[in-house]
Amino acid sequence: MAGWFTSISTWFSNPEVTLGTKLLELLFLVMGLATGYVAFKNLLDKTNPKRYGTFVFWLSLGIVLAFGRFISPKINGVLILIMALSAILRQVGPGKTESVDPAYSQKMSERFGYYIFIPTLSIGLSALAFALFTKLGALVGIGFGVFLAIVILMFMNKDNKPSTFMNDFTRMITLIGPLSMLPMLLASLGAIFTKAGVGDVIAHYVGLVIPEGNVAVGLVVFAIAMPLFTIIMGNAFAAITVITVGIGYPFVLQYISNPAAIGMLALTCGYCGTLCTPMAANFNIVPVALLEMKDRFGVIRKQWLPAVIVLLFQIIYMFIIK
Amino acid sequence: MIKLLGVLIVILGFALKLDSILIIIAAMVVTALVGGLGVNGMLETLGTSFVANRGMAIFIITLLVTGTLERNGLKEAAAKLIGKVKSASAASVISAYAVMRLIFAAFNVSFGGVAGFVRPVVMPMSIGAIKSKGLEPNLEHVEAIKGHAAGAENVTWFFGQVLFVGGSGALLVQSTLKNLGIESDLVSLAKVQIPVAIFATITYIVYTLISDRKYMQKYYGDKAAPAEVKEA
Repeated sequence: MAGWFTSISTWFSNPEVTLGTKLLELLFLVMGLATGYVAFKNLLDKTNPKRYGTFVFWLSLGIVLAFGRFISPKINGVLILIMALSAILRQVGPGKTESVDPAYSQKMSERFGYYIFIPTLSIGLSALAFALFTKLGALVGIGFGVFLAIVILMFMNKDNKPSTFMNDFTRMITLIGPLSMLPMLLASLGAIFTKAGVGDVIAHYVGLVIPEGNVAVGLVVFAIAMPLFTIIMGNAFAAITVITVGIGYPFVLQYISNPAAIGMLALTCGYCGTLCTPMAANFNIVPVALLEMKDRFGVIRKQWLPAVIVLLFQIIYMFIIK
Repeated sequence: MIKLLGVLIVILGFALKLDSILIIIAAMVVTALVGGLGVNGMLETLGTSFVANRGMAIFIITLLVTGTLERNGLKEAAAKLIGKVKSASAASVISAYAVMRLIFAAFNVSFGGVAGFVRPVVMPMSIGAIKSKGLEPNLEHVEAIKGHAAGAENVTWFFGQVLFVGGSGALLVQSTLKNLGIESDLVSLAKVQIPVAIFATITYIVYTLISDRKYMQKYYGDKAAPAEVKEA
């Protein structure tokens, strides 16, 4: 245990690690501690019929978020499996939280009016300021903006105590529930697909169909394979590495004069696939829960048509500039 | 061929509407076993990749204030603001948001995503726009607006973020191409995306305007008709 703390402090005092990276790690620590709070709050909540499973889920997520960098990959992997298992066995559920009384928020609105936009916009403005004027990155800016918003809210209204924020945080995050881990889980599935050579197998079969040297056919296949693979994997980043090596280079990029531009556009062709897949949970499924929609595919239903149109536009654009 | 078993599990799993987390874990285990990674290889890849992608969990930190902002009258203030814009419709609120988000995405800046902005600001403004016409929002219409708001959020974010010089997408493409012996610079990679970003945003706005007009006629019929005539 002592050695572990030493390794953390060594990392934080290492001058070769940038300040932005350190602050981001600090932000993950705060996120992990807040998630850990949700775990213990649920454990002590006797009205939650799933309190033990809920505790295990949020505690494991909290540990991986806060200390993941300093834990061995294998132990992280086990913690993630424990998280997943408690979700799969349906042992994670929201406990009791104090919801917002509409009469209260109406009263506060009459008191603050448009001033409430100040803490609301502070997150975005802080992210912008950090991205433009510092080297710390927008994520650290978001973290600072949240801190700023909390301070402003506490000054505006004495009712906003730390316990109020933690209560409302617990309410919001348990509403999303186990879906919180899905984005990271999907990225990991992509990594496992790549490691296992799933991409090589696909490239092999594509090679049997595409005539080598026919750049026009290759380009169309490249541009369509990206969204298709992204739909399966839920992550265009995972798809681009596999498809560029398996299809893009052998059938297209080595023959054309502007390979960098086409390689970049392949990524955004993949994004058209991201808009169409439930595998991209962070964008398409988590919002369904956050907005309390009835239809699990409610977001995708409003995205697939524009995605197809933008894909066609990109294919034509690729032919023009290749 | 057997290596594609995990891909098959993912496709079938989602088609059969099984639990999302169950599908992914099953696909992971099967792919790791048939792909020769073994249990150890799977755990290590899973742990490393999950930790490396913690940035995807940044929405968790914004939830620290989302609920409390709502408690302090944010929804009411947004509804009040939109009440002042008489001609606004739900679609025009979403369109304005789409343009704003595209511009900020180019600076790699998000307003807090669905949790931080769409739910507490865009949605109440859109609903407020319907109410400002003296109409009672139809539930199916509200469901569609939620879909469009999240859709505008995603489309403008995806295609706007690649305009950011040094964004993670371009960095990944650059390193992938470099392994293949193709050199590229980040500014050119961002520039090539400008026409796509503009086209995608306009496409989404037009799509939203057209479908919202259809919903207005379908659900409010006669009551919405006079406004339609005036616009024409």
